[in-house]
Amino acid sequence: MRWLWIFILLLPGLAVAYEAQPLTANPQAEARLKALAVELRCLVCQNQTLADSNAPLAEDLRREVREMIAKDMSDKEIIHFLVTRYGDFVLYRPPWKLTTTLLWLGPFLLLGVGATGLVFALRRRQKKVTDVTLSEAEHNRVEKLLSEGVHRP
Amino acid sequence: MNRFLIPFGLFIVVVGFLAVGLTLNPRELPSPLVGKAAPEFSLPQLHDPEKVISSNDLKGKVWLLNFWASWCGGCKEEHPVLIRIAQSGEVPIYGMDYKDQRSEALAWLKEWGNPYQIVAVDEPGRVGINYGVYGVPETYVIDKAGVIRYKQIGPIREDILEKKILPLVRELQKQ
Repeated sequence: MRWLWIFILLLPGLAVAYEAQPLTANPQAEARLKALAVELRCLVCQNQTLADSNAPLAEDLRREVREMIAKDMSDKEIIHFLVTRYGDFVLYRPPWKLTTTLLWLGPFLLLGVGATGLVFALRRRQKKVTDVTLSEAEHNRVEKLLSEGVHRP
Repeated sequence: MNRFLIPFGLFIVVVGFLAVGLTLNPRELPSPLVGKAAPEFSLPQLHDPEKVISSNDLKGKVWLLNFWASWCGGCKEEHPVLIRIAQSGEVPIYGMDYKDQRSEALAWLKEWGNPYQIVAVDEPGRVGINYGVYGVPETYVIDKAGVIRYKQIGPIREDILEKKILPLVRELQKQ
């Protein structure tokens, strides 16, 4: 019985473990694909990158990008390939164009509007606080009131 | 009073923007391919895999290219419209069976009717990528010179057919 137990406990030793295989033969290409895929939008699930998405189209596009990398195309060429087919929407960082000016400048514009508004509001408030010169009699009265402290009825 | 007028005005503006934003369809992306030459393809036919259908064979006429698949719900929805176009004989429709299985595609056409002159098979979806397809159904109007003139994203509805596609087709046919 004891020998049986020892045999059973030793059994896993027969299993031979291999190191995990890399996803592709070329880890460099895979790194490039990863870098590109986070910049590209999956067009099916629009708020996911190509890297995140499991949509069949995203799979196809990753395959396409992988093949282009294998063909030694530059990142610029690969992005151009996708933009000519899907438009700028495929890019997570939209390019600077006439139509995207507002998109890029909008936040700064709003910040400017807010800052100007703040400056104006502060200035207006400053005007409301005017210095009042006290006469001698008023001054004495204030002194008297302060020295007496608060009298509650 | 003025104090409340400014925030209220801003509120109205924001509501205006949001109201317009809600009516836009984020799935409809302007295609950069409209006005450009339709990407060429040469693919096996669905009904006869031995035969090839090439985009070059279709030069000289106005035609519709309809990407569809048997797994696609929207395709079912637009199917009666396609059948109606096919019956009117006004413009030929060529199908592109996108990322589909042959047997299922054939069964689908058998069950619902076949509005297509010829169906090409784009099993790996490569032609789809060249056409910028990101969801089926999508339909392209291609003119006699092989230039894409219009892209319909999503099912063709009756009103789109009558107001946009057919007038455009007639105009292109006159050219």
